[in-house]
Amino acid sequence: MKPIKSTLFNMIFSLLAVAAVSAFTLGYVYQITKEPIAEAKNRKTLDAIREVVGSFDNDPFAEKTTITTPDGKYKLQLYPARENGTITAVAIETFSDGGFGGKVELIIGMLMDGTVTGYKVIEQKETPGLGSKIAEKKFAGQFVGLNAYQDQFKLQKDGGEIDAVTGATISSRAVIDAVQKAVQTYKKFNAGATGYEE
Amino acid sequence: MKNSTSISNLTRGIVRDNPVFVMMLGMCPTLGVTTSLENAFGMGIATAFTLLLSNSFISLVKNFIPSMVRIPCYIVLIASIVTVIDMMMAAYYPALHAKLGIYIPLIVVNCIILGRAEAFASKNNIVQSFLDAMGMGIGFTAALCLLGSVREILGAGSLLGHNFIGEEGYPLLLFIMPPGAFLALAGLIMAFNRLRGVNR
Amino acid sequence: MSITMIFVSAVLVNNIVLSQFLGICPFLGVSKKISTAFGMGLAVMFVMTISSVATYLIYYRLLVPHQLEFMNTVVFILVIAALVQMVEIVIKKVSPLLYQALGIFLPLITTNCAVLGVAILAVQKEFSLSHSVCFGLANAIGFTLAIVLMAGLRERINQNQDALPRGMRGAPIVLITAALLSMAFMGFSGIGN
Repeated sequence: MKPIKSTLFNMIFSLLAVAAVSAFTLGYVYQITKEPIAEAKNRKTLDAIREVVGSFDNDPFAEKTTITTPDGKYKLQLYPARENGTITAVAIETFSDGGFGGKVELIIGMLMDGTVTGYKVIEQKETPGLGSKIAEKKFAGQFVGLNAYQDQFKLQKDGGEIDAVTGATISSRAVIDAVQKAVQTYKKFNAGATGYEE
Repeated sequence: MKNSTSISNLTRGIVRDNPVFVMMLGMCPTLGVTTSLENAFGMGIATAFTLLLSNSFISLVKNFIPSMVRIPCYIVLIASIVTVIDMMMAAYYPALHAKLGIYIPLIVVNCIILGRAEAFASKNNIVQSFLDAMGMGIGFTAALCLLGSVREILGAGSLLGHNFIGEEGYPLLLFIMPPGAFLALAGLIMAFNRLRGVNR
Repeated sequence: MSITMIFVSAVLVNNIVLSQFLGICPFLGVSKKISTAFGMGLAVMFVMTISSVATYLIYYRLLVPHQLEFMNTVVFILVIAALVQMVEIVIKKVSPLLYQALGIFLPLITTNCAVLGVAILAVQKEFSLSHSVCFGLANAIGFTLAIVLMAGLRERINQNQDALPRGMRGAPIVLITAALLSMAFMGFSGIGN
């Protein structure tokens, strides 16, 4: 069979046909993958929440609230975790733009008396093997047990309690910055700020 | 005769015309995502899959597309296939999808895909085009896996995430950073040329 | 993010070629001579800046209102391909001189993944229109910087090919040069902190 000729009609018709088939296929695949994609995204956050706050029996996503940091610059997501109806802990999605490779995002868990239960790094582009150690227990473990109302969440060289990752002070500071934001927001939340505020 | 061409269409892409080591096509993902064997394998499979689908489709519809508008038609077809794969991966392999990130939509502009469509699929029937895509896909995946293994072993001291140098070991971090990609590929091409017997 | 930061980050710190690995094909393929490398750089600058505006407008005015964001890859590549053709036709009519300089590079740009990559990245980073344009221009400058530096090094190397061990001639030495260049650019990382 010979290829069809490049007449104007043939060209317009074949381009339209290809575009229509493509649009139809994409629309169909989008419909069937929409839910799994949204679910996969939520699952990642949910896994991180579970890791930092332990067990809960509610759906933290349904009760998600957005609270502005006290300086009014950023909006953070708070996920309250309940057991038998009472809030036992909150997971806060926080970030810092001060990383060595850009944005550092983490989820930090806090009990209602202000005790930090730990954090989990969601996204970071720090130098592999140096800055990336902010995700490891040796550094991250230092935050566990600190209290939002008693501790200062600063590096030792700034007079605080956290020992920076060797050779990665900037990455460590980025985590401190993110945690500070979360702690301030947590205090505001605990003092009665609930729900979304503009 | 017929059989031997089929076999050579299949095997050509694996060694003799290997897309990465010989033709130097598709360099962006080759260098960008091969920080570990797992990523390299994922990228290789995604590209090979796109290549299989696009080569087959294009050889099927080649006679219905006027030659003056064939490139835009191919691009739309390829871009649609890539978007479908992108959405499927986001839905069912979210972790790998997140790691490969922007390189998945960029399969669209991977020179291998459009190159094979133009050079092979637009002139051959579906069976041969399928075999050609299979060979090129395997060759590309194998090259990526090789590069990924070398970089992961040297740069992270592990393979497939299994660490074998211990907590206090010092891997050659350079190899999972950008310059290491160029260095490792240079080394592999030298070895490959030696094996193929060129430059002697 | 301020505009200065976008520039510093895109040109030096996260150089599109040497640390993001986009646009490697032209970087390796069209970097034999400084003059051609510079021509390619200019052509990319031209197309990337215009395509940043075009893809921004199409994404936020056309795709988002109709909830068709998932079509962005297909639409962007078509827009870029069409844009390249149009730029080629317009330049040919308006300035034959510029056409002589850029003409042969324009068709190659459609398959330059840096252009599509920058369009997708700008959308992912949720940049505003002015930031998208700066991001496009800055990345193009970064691309030009990398390819011109590379061409300068390769001109020197080519004059002394014979001094190289056989196995290193051709692709391997080019890649090793790129590795050294990339290492030099790593020195910029962390700027802005």
